[in-house]
This record gives sequence, C-alpha cells and structure tokens, in this order.
Amino acid sequence: MTHANVPENYLNASWGWRSWLLTRDHKRIALLYLISITLFFIVGGFFALLIRLELLTPAGDLVQAETYNKLFTMHGLIMIFFFLIPSIPSVLGNFLIPLMIGARDLAFPKLNLLSWYIYIIGGVFTLAAVVTGGVDTGWTFYTPYSSTYANSNVILTALGIFITGFSSILTGLNFIVTIHKMRAPGLTWLRLPLFIWAHYATSLIMVLGTPVLAISITLILLERSFHSGIFDPKLGGDPLLFQHLFWFYSHPAVYIMILPGMGVVSEIVTCYSRKKIFGYTFVALSSLAIAALGFLVWGHHMFVSGASPFAGMVFSMLSFLVAIPSGIKVFNWTATLYKGSISFDAPMLYALGFIGLFTIGGLTGLFLATLAVDVHVHDTYFVIAHFHYIMVGGAVMAYFGGIHFWWPKITGRLYPEVWARIAALIVFIGFNLTFFPQFLLGYLGMPRRYHAYPEEFQVWNVMSTAGASILGLGYLIPIIYLLWSLRYGRVATENPWNAMGLEWQTPSPPPESNFAATPIVTEEAYSYDIHT
Amino acid sequence: MTSIPDSRPLTVAASHGVHDHQFDDSAQQQEAATLGMWLFLATEVLFFGGLFTGYTVYRSAYPNAFGEASRHLDLVLGTVNTGVLLLSSFSMAMAVQSAQLGKRWRLLGFLTSTAVLGAVFLAIKFTEYVHKFHEHLVPGSQFVFSGPESQHAQLFFSFYFAMTGLHALHMIIGIVMLAVLMVLTLANTFGPEYHTPIETIGLYWHFVDVIWVFLFPLLYLVSR
Amino acid sequence: MLIELPFWPQQASTVAGSVDVLSIFLTLVASFFSFLIFLLIFFFAIRFRRRPGLTATPVPTRLSLEVLWTAVPLGLTAVMFTWGSGLYLHNQQDPPGAMNIYVVGKQWMWTVEHLEGRREIGELHVPAGRPVKLILASQDVIHDFFIPAFRVKQDVVPGRYTTLWFEATRIGSYRLVCAQYCGTRHSGMIGNVVVMEPQDYQNWLANGADDPPAKAGERLFRTFSCAGCHELQATQKGPPLIGMYGKSVRMESGETVAFDDAYIRESILNPNEKVVEGYRPIMPTFRNQLNEDEIFQIIAYIRSLGAGDAKP
Repeated sequence: MTHANVPENYLNASWGWRSWLLTRDHKRIALLYLISITLFFIVGGFFALLIRLELLTPAGDLVQAETYNKLFTMHGLIMIFFFLIPSIPSVLGNFLIPLMIGARDLAFPKLNLLSWYIYIIGGVFTLAAVVTGGVDTGWTFYTPYSSTYANSNVILTALGIFITGFSSILTGLNFIVTIHKMRAPGLTWLRLPLFIWAHYATSLIMVLGTPVLAISITLILLERSFHSGIFDPKLGGDPLLFQHLFWFYSHPAVYIMILPGMGVVSEIVTCYSRKKIFGYTFVALSSLAIAALGFLVWGHHMFVSGASPFAGMVFSMLSFLVAIPSGIKVFNWTATLYKGSISFDAPMLYALGFIGLFTIGGLTGLFLATLAVDVHVHDTYFVIAHFHYIMVGGAVMAYFGGIHFWWPKITGRLYPEVWARIAALIVFIGFNLTFFPQFLLGYLGMPRRYHAYPEEFQVWNVMSTAGASILGLGYLIPIIYLLWSLRYGRVATENPWNAMGLEWQTPSPPPESNFAATPIVTEEAYSYDIHT
Repeated sequence: MTSIPDSRPLTVAASHGVHDHQFDDSAQQQEAATLGMWLFLATEVLFFGGLFTGYTVYRSAYPNAFGEASRHLDLVLGTVNTGVLLLSSFSMAMAVQSAQLGKRWRLLGFLTSTAVLGAVFLAIKFTEYVHKFHEHLVPGSQFVFSGPESQHAQLFFSFYFAMTGLHALHMIIGIVMLAVLMVLTLANTFGPEYHTPIETIGLYWHFVDVIWVFLFPLLYLVSR
Repeated sequence: MLIELPFWPQQASTVAGSVDVLSIFLTLVASFFSFLIFLLIFFFAIRFRRRPGLTATPVPTRLSLEVLWTAVPLGLTAVMFTWGSGLYLHNQQDPPGAMNIYVVGKQWMWTVEHLEGRREIGELHVPAGRPVKLILASQDVIHDFFIPAFRVKQDVVPGRYTTLWFEATRIGSYRLVCAQYCGTRHSGMIGNVVVMEPQDYQNWLANGADDPPAKAGERLFRTFSCAGCHELQATQKGPPLIGMYGKSVRMESGETVAFDDAYIRESILNPNEKVVEGYRPIMPTFRNQLNEDEIFQIIAYIRSLGAGDAKP
C-alpha cells in the first residue's frame, strides 16, 4: 500500500486536470464515464425514491400531480439514456475491449474522448431541463401530448437526448472497427471472449438504431417549434407515426442495455466455475440473433394503439422468436456450472442473480408478447415489473458484477469480499421485494404513471417501497467500500482470480499502452481446462 | 512514457509509414478509417431513412395534396442542382484519383472544384428557400396555401424543408471538410501511400450526393 | 389481513375467463422454467462447490442439448402465439347485434353518449348480458379506455375513431381507468362502469333528462347549414344522407367506402379526402367548429335517418 514502488501504469503516467480531460487513453476515458454515470445513477435513483415514497399512500399527497409526472419522466430518461445505455459499454467496454483483444487502444481514441464530451453536453442539457422546471411527457414522448400539449421543458430535454445519442453512435462505431481490425495475431472470431461478441452485437444496434431516435426527436423539435403538424391530427398528422419511429429505436435500445450484461455474465461464470462456457458458438451467435431480431419487434409496444391486428400478429410472432436466443444463453450459462468448481465470490453472486432474475424478467416478456394477454396488462405495473426485472435485476446486477470482477484490474486494489457478498445479497432481496409485487399490481389493473391508486392496492405498494429502501441500501454499500478500497484495499496482483483472458496477462493496473509486447493467441477462450 | 507521436494530423507524408500508436501499421490504420466511414454512412442511411419513412407514409395517405404541393417546387432549379451535385461527385472522384497518382496540384484543383460546386448547390437551394418564404410556403404561422388541402400541403413542405435542410447541413459539413483537405494538401500531407482522408471524405461526399438523388424525384417529381 | 390481499382481479365479462386461463398457462410455464433454472443453479452450486480435491471437469458441448433447449421453447412459444393470437382475433371481432355507445376522452375525463339520450361523465351504465360496442374518440391527446375487470383495453387516438366491445356478465360497479399517459391529471381520469340488469338499464335510460344525441345532432345540422347542400334528398351540391348509414359508396377516385362513423367524421373534418362519385370537392371543413361530442351527435342524427344495406 505504499506509493514507493508502484510501477508506472495508466493512472500515474501523468498528472493534472488536462491529462485526464484531454486524455486519449481508453482506460482513463472509461473512468471518466464511470464517475459521470455514477452521478446520473444517483440522480435517477433519487427520483425513484421520491416515486416510491409517493406510492406509499393511495392518495397523491406527497407531491403535486404535475410534479409526479415529471418525476417518472426524468427517472426514466436519466436511467435509460444516461445510465443503462452507456454503463457497461462505456465503462467496462471501453476499458476492456482493447485489453481483451490484445490492442493498445481503440481504433479511434480521439473519437472516444469526443463521445464522452458529447455525453456530458447532452447530460448538461437534460439536467438543465430538470432543474429549470422538468419535463412531464413520460420518457416515451408520445405525441400529440409532447409535441403540442405539454407545458414543460420538452425542447431542452429533447435536445439533450438528441446530443447524447451521438455519443452512443460513436462508441458503437469505435467498437466495431476495433473488433474487426485490431485483434491480436491468432485471435480469430471464434476465439474471442463472449464479452467481445456481446459488445459487437450491441454496437451494431447502437450504430443502426440510434439515428432513428435522432430523427424522431428532430421531428418533435420541429413540431414544437413550428407547429408543422407532422404528428398533430388537427393538422393532418398521425400520432402513430411517432410511435413507430420512436419504438423502432427504443425497442432495440433495450437490447443495447442487456447484451453487454450478458457478456459480463459469460466472463464471470466461466472464471468462477473454472470451465469453458458450454456452447460457446451458440452463445456468441445468439448475441447476433438478438440484435437482428430485436430490430423487428417494435410493434409489440403498440398492440392496443389502433394499429392493425394483422400487424399485431406479425410482431407478436417475432417477439416470441427474439426470446429464444436469450433462453439459449440462460441454459448454456447454467450448463457451464455443471461439473465446475464453483466459488461464490461477489461477482459470481451478481452473475448468478442475473441469470435467475433475467430468466423471470424474460419469461414475463412472453405475457406481453401474447396478444390477448397484453391487451390486459399493457400500460400497467406488469410492464414496469417486467422491464425492471431485466434492467435492474439483469443489467444493473451484471454491471455491479463486472465492476467488482474487474475492479482489481482497473484500480490495482481488491474490494473487501465479505462486504461485497453482503451487499449482493441485500440487492437481491431488496430487488425482489420491490418489483415482484408489481406483477400482481399490474394484473390487478393498476396503470402505469399513476400517483394515486385504489385503497386495496396499498399493501403491495408498501411492500414495494420497503423493498426499494433495502435495494437502495444495497447499492449504497458498494459505493462506499469501492471508494474505500482505492486507498485502503489490498493491492492486487496481475491476475487475482486466476482468470483466462488477455486482460489478465498484464499488470493491475495496466500500463498506458496495455501490453509490453503484442500477445499472440493460440487457444480458445476460457481454456481453464488447460491451465488449471 | 516513451511515445510515438500520437494522433496529430500527419504533416509528413505517410510514405514513411508513420501511423497512430494504436495501429500496427499504416495499412491497418487505413482499413480502420475506411471501415469507420462506411459504418458512419450506415448511420446516416438510418438517419435520413426515418425522414424518408415519414414522408412516404404521408405521401401515400395524401397523394393529391402532395402532388399539388410538389408542383410549387422549382423543377428547373432542382434539376440544375441535381446536375451540379453529380458533377461535384465526378470532381471528387477525380480528386481521389489525383491523390492516388500523387498529383498535388490536380488534387487541389479538384478538391476546390468539388467545394465550389457544393457551394453553388447551396446557393441555388438558398434561392429556392427564399422563394418559398416569399410565397408563404414555410410551415408555421405564416403558411398560406390556396387549394382544398392546405393542411396536408403543409405536411409536404414540413418534410421538404426538413429533408432538404438536413441534406444542406450535411453539404455544409462536407464543404468545411473539403476546405480542411485543401489546407492539408497545400501542406503536402498526401501522396500515393497516404491519402486516406481524401478517400473517406470522398465516400462521404458521394453519399450526400446519393441522398439528393433520392430526394429529388421524391420531392420534385411527385406528379409531373 | 392476508385474506384481504388482492391477488386476482374480478372477472366480469365474457372474455375475462379465457384471458385468465391463458394467463395462468403462461404463469405455469414461466414458473416452471424459473424454478427449473433456480433449482439447477442451486443444485449445481452446492454439488460442484469448490472444495479441496475437486477440480472442474471439462464438459464438451452437446449439440443435442442445444437443439433441445431451442426446440422446446420454440414449441412452447408457438403454442402461446397461436393461443394468444386466436383469442385476440376473436376478441377483436365486433359481435353481431352490439349496441353502440359513443365515448369521448378528453383531458381529463370520459364523457359518454348513449344513443337513446343519456349523457354521463366518468360513468358508463351498461346492461348485463348484451354485447356493447364503444366508439371512442379523443378530443386532444392519446388516452386509453381500460376496464381491468373486463380485460379490455383500447387506445383512444385523436384524429380517428377506435372501437372496443365487451359483454358484461356480472352486476356491479367496475373501475374504469385511462391507461395512456395524457398529462397532469392522468391518474384522475378514472370512473366506473355500472353493469345493470337489462330491465334496470332500460329504466335508467328512460329516466334521462337529456335529449337524445340525434336530436342535438339535428340542431347542429340546421345551425351549421348542412341542410343547404345535403337536403335529405339528392341535390347537385352534396350527396344524400337519408337511408345511407352503413351502405357502401363509390368515390371519385374509384374506391368504395363504407358509410360508417369514421367516414362521416372524416367528411366533416377533411371533406375533400374522399369525394363521392359525381360530386365536386366543394364542402368546407368544420374542423375548428365542432368538437368530438358534437360530431358524435351529428353521426347519431344521420344514423337516425335510416340505415343502408350493410350493418353499422
């Protein structure tokens, strides 16, 4: 823990604000992202806290109706665009992709830094919208409410999201080119870590989907500024056109949010089972299948919108199909445990939690894909429970698992294992307590975005809020001990987990150029059988 | 930290094989740049595609209004502009060839002519916009359209301005990049071994041209 | 208190039961696979926990397993899809002989217009045992008409009509909510569907003090000089309206259109979109002069002029 003999690494290679804010090093940029998304996570979480507090009582008595509408809108916008979408790719992806493929950096380091600045500028716009009165359209911005009727900071918020979208596009572009062109000698596609496959698929979605969101937002901006009538039926426009354009991006977006987490889980499960992944090719290709099919199912958000029943049937069928590759992954992860040598370090606890909770979340998606049932549960708390199981029970747990797993590599320190396991368990318990009752509330008929509800729903709502406070505690604990570990944590070796993967063949933390010499790859991923 | 000079623009001809530190050699760098530009163009296809989709939806819903509105566009200026852009793409292709052959002054000439043609396009476009403004055909509170379906005609013009405006924005960015390339050419940056930026920006320019090739018939030739 | 915990909504319509059966099937499948994964993880975690002397054993990938856990989910989802779409298509078909009621959603209330004359705000009285078809219009933004106990839901979209049908099976009062975020008082846009014995419903209808919407529609017809072109017999200026409701009509463009609610509404708001064969596009728009309630009243009036061949 002394500073005396710390070798030169990317953290101490240079000092000062400029060396960080003008860095081209993918590892430093990853840390810049880490700090910013943590801040956004706290802001988004704060809004969630207020929402759950309001929902403790059936009457809307904590905040005004308009305030509540702003709370859920801003919670959604911040969590989706400023936390979930960038989290794993921009922190772990940025840090690890070059390391995992044996490269010195990403293909376009300056573009990488630009991505972060664009993200920050978009964030500033959005936070400005929040503090100068907020926005109350729902994160989905449905027209004509958002384009004509809303009296809140729609333009400012829309600009913020528009700008941030380019951060996503540039990151995806950078990743795709890097993975195609900069793999170490011997690192063929089918030897790549599944983390890379997952990020490759994610990047395809980022690159192809985000521009359509940009156009949807542009049209809203034009509509609000010039009242041109594109979405206003009083002027000949069609509100449903917005929904098609919006969901064409926003459905694939959910796969942007989950695929990286799946990549993290593959890395963790193999390491803590000391085994190759079961069905490597299937897991790898299923990432691509999810990305491709994910572009074809957007209409399942519109089953009761007034679109044609025939279209509904097509989207329903495709929505069932997109579930299959996810199921393949779950079975393969589970099979990887078979005859493994399993340890329950904190990252593994998070990964196992992911598998279970993602399974539940994904299976409840089948309810929504089933036309006749979706008619009943659409726009109720059932949907909220479904996506929180995937996003929080899935993506956030994978993110925390990954942060813990690679913490020694990123910081050169170990986190305190006992506290980490405790926190993982608290998160798991708190999460289920928060969100499982919401399935029941949804089927009972409690609509989304309501801050007042009938008395008989109160018990479930109270249970949900109680769970949320436990969940919040579970998130707070790692923030504390991870910060603590930066100064007081045990110094980490190059490969504290004895894991496979090129990122573990270099010091912790790595030197600025990652590797002393370009590694040469001769074996498949996760060759735990060869190197016990 | 020992350093290969990293990503400054290369003011020494890359015939020395200098490349950014993250790449193994300049061939890898060039491949990466080209792939990157193709990916970026893919995003642009999706970006414009959203507008094309919206336009198509409304045009099939209101064919009469869109036909009527389209007739208010200046077909002559539009056709001239199409020719100007096609010529500029040819000029850009000649620029790339000049770079490949190491002909510095020809390269500079063709880059300039491409930029000039682009500027001509923008000037003509601007003229059209001014005409529309005077004819009260800009959507919004000043919009006036005589004819039974003025509402839907306004939709047409919303898309007209959005699509051609977005296209014009891309042209402006393209011209700025051409200017940068001209400066770099003067500084003797490019040669047969290294002229990747000329090629990638050439790709971009052709793409912007192709967008116009779709925009023109869709907007100007509705029911002629 | 545990007994009072609500787990399942009431079933009060003809479709509620079949939707619930499907939901229960889905729940069973979801529970089965969730438990399967949880148990496997749990079992493997214990059985293969790391301990001295136990090393991991490589297990080669088995294609048969991959096929199994691809094919079985495919098969199950095929069942869910077929069942779900079949039920959905069946529930989308308007039943014959349904009584029509007009509903307007507006920020932040529901107004209901019974053809026989009663108007309601925030409440919808219906008879039990008879199919009811709601014609839904929005005055402003997208709303959604949702009756949880009936398992029916439909977005109400401005600029067009959407429809929803149900047949109530139990007497009682059931919550009605707006299920598409529509602004400040979205959570307050709620009401009740009151299901009555058919005889009670008739009595309730008869006790209304309001004019039937057809009468109000007739007043509007006169006030806005519709009669000037649409004298009830054919004139040169505008096509006839008597005995037209439900017929198929040929347009100038060659297409054939049903003379239904949506067509009437469009003719009032965008008259020159579809012009009847043989007439010129000279009808002015009444876009900013009539709200959705008033358009419903005019429709009711035109309906009262007699129906054509096709069913309404």
